[in-house]
Amino acid sequence: MTETSILSVSKLHKAFGSGAERTPIINDLSFALRPGECYGLLGPNGAGKTTTLRLCLGLSVPDSGEIRLNGRPIPDQARAARMRVGVVPQADNLDPDFTVQENLQVFGRYFGMADALMAQRIPDLLEFANLTAKKDARIGELSGGMKRRLTLARALVNDPDLIFMDEPTTGLDPQARHMIWERLKSLLARGKTILLTTHFMDEAERLCDRLAVVDHGRMIAEGSPQQLIAQHIEAEVLEVYGENARSWAEQHGRDHAARIEHSGETAFCYTNDAQSLLATLQHVQGVRYLHRPANLEDLFLKLTGREMRD
Amino acid sequence: MTSIYALPAFSLRFYPIWRRNFLVWKKLMVASVLGNIADPLITLIAFGYGLGSMLKEVDGIPYIHYLASGSICMSVMMASSFEALYSAYSRMSVQRTWDALMNAPLALDDIVLAELLWSATKSLFSGVAILCVMFALGIGLHPQVLLVLPLLFFAGMTFAALGLIMNALARGYDFFTYYFTLILTPMVFLSGVYYPVAQLPSWLQLVSQFLPLSAAVNLVRPLVLGGWPQSPLLDLAILAVYCCGGFYAAMIFTRRRF
Repeated sequence: MTETSILSVSKLHKAFGSGAERTPIINDLSFALRPGECYGLLGPNGAGKTTTLRLCLGLSVPDSGEIRLNGRPIPDQARAARMRVGVVPQADNLDPDFTVQENLQVFGRYFGMADALMAQRIPDLLEFANLTAKKDARIGELSGGMKRRLTLARALVNDPDLIFMDEPTTGLDPQARHMIWERLKSLLARGKTILLTTHFMDEAERLCDRLAVVDHGRMIAEGSPQQLIAQHIEAEVLEVYGENARSWAEQHGRDHAARIEHSGETAFCYTNDAQSLLATLQHVQGVRYLHRPANLEDLFLKLTGREMRD
Repeated sequence: MTSIYALPAFSLRFYPIWRRNFLVWKKLMVASVLGNIADPLITLIAFGYGLGSMLKEVDGIPYIHYLASGSICMSVMMASSFEALYSAYSRMSVQRTWDALMNAPLALDDIVLAELLWSATKSLFSGVAILCVMFALGIGLHPQVLLVLPLLFFAGMTFAALGLIMNALARGYDFFTYYFTLILTPMVFLSGVYYPVAQLPSWLQLVSQFLPLSAAVNLVRPLVLGGWPQSPLLDLAILAVYCCGGFYAAMIFTRRRF
């Protein structure tokens, strides 16, 4: 843990339930955010991402471990630490009784911000969220993307140094996702630090300077997206699918690929040299294939497994 | 953050939350105030004149005066309980407003205190509306009626505190129906709102002595009628026990829930 980290988490443990039912949710988790970076927490559903955020915000008390947010111990000084933090929660909790503008104004009051100061800030926040034209609209009239943008703007009312984002683009269409990404990048360009949880690998690859893959409350890998891919996984992937994919994989794939994984009728062949694999596919009937570089999703599936999580 | 059994933390941070609720109320004010006036007006006229034409006097008081001075307490209890149950639950569990508040530099204690004071405020609005109706009917035109206002606010806080316990324990709105039908409605019949407690069997009179609504009626009724409460300190103490005890219990259960 360096002195310069804006958020540091060390040897965090948290279990829920009691007695024999007690299950660990966070298991010896440590990480630290450098100012100005976007740090991603990746993990399947139930990996403990949201619990980690709640612990870091002081909304839940760890069983053991140490958290420092903006230099303050958490949860003891959580309220004071949150003065300099913005939060975009997973589920929208905008105030349905208020207009877009009122949502920002009322939220500013929770930080003790004077109405006059908020009146100066609100036009910029609306501009940032691209909601200037909707400033007098009720929340019910907004699309999902607009609500997310307003939630993002609301997280910025106190001009935070660090922004927590819990799956900010879940449930959005591609246009809305791209707009959120572009906004997050502009925040990073302004020097803000972001802690992002997501299970969208393209999102993590695009935005995160560094990320941690978390499963069952444990960190299983940490680094930059490129570093992690290079370190843990072969460079190329051949996805082979179709009715004969499995038999091809048994006969040829096995010999030429470094590793094969099956998911339904698709065989994922991981290799550092796809040429020999491609050659065996030239004359095979009943298969189709896709040849691509390995990405974060491949890494994620390798580290966390392919079985379903609930 | 300390143990869930820690005493509630009091600070002025409740104010922006209270103000948020007030702002929502202001938007719906017209409907709310109309309801606050129409409801007691109809009840007082229907019962007061309908039943009053047969009853004439209760304890030497015109029945409509007797009824009005008791039902103002009942209305405050209902208004406060409704706000602390249905409305607070919506903000806590449905709209998730509480979650948003806790992402700001506010704590659960600030929120529960704000809900308590807001419920009491809203019930006071309803009490004031009823007072206006009563004045229009020529009831309670005495200087000491002004003392009723802080008492109604205190009673509103007390029932809000009890309601917030239910709120913290609720798994859905259905739960609140039990509280209204099994606790609050029987309490109305045991607290001397519609008829004197002396009409009850002696064991129920004993129960009645310890009910918060009885304490509120004992304090408010004489002031409305131009007299003074018989045992104000005892009744204030009963309300204080329910209010403080209820708020502390509500705080514990709410912390456990979060």
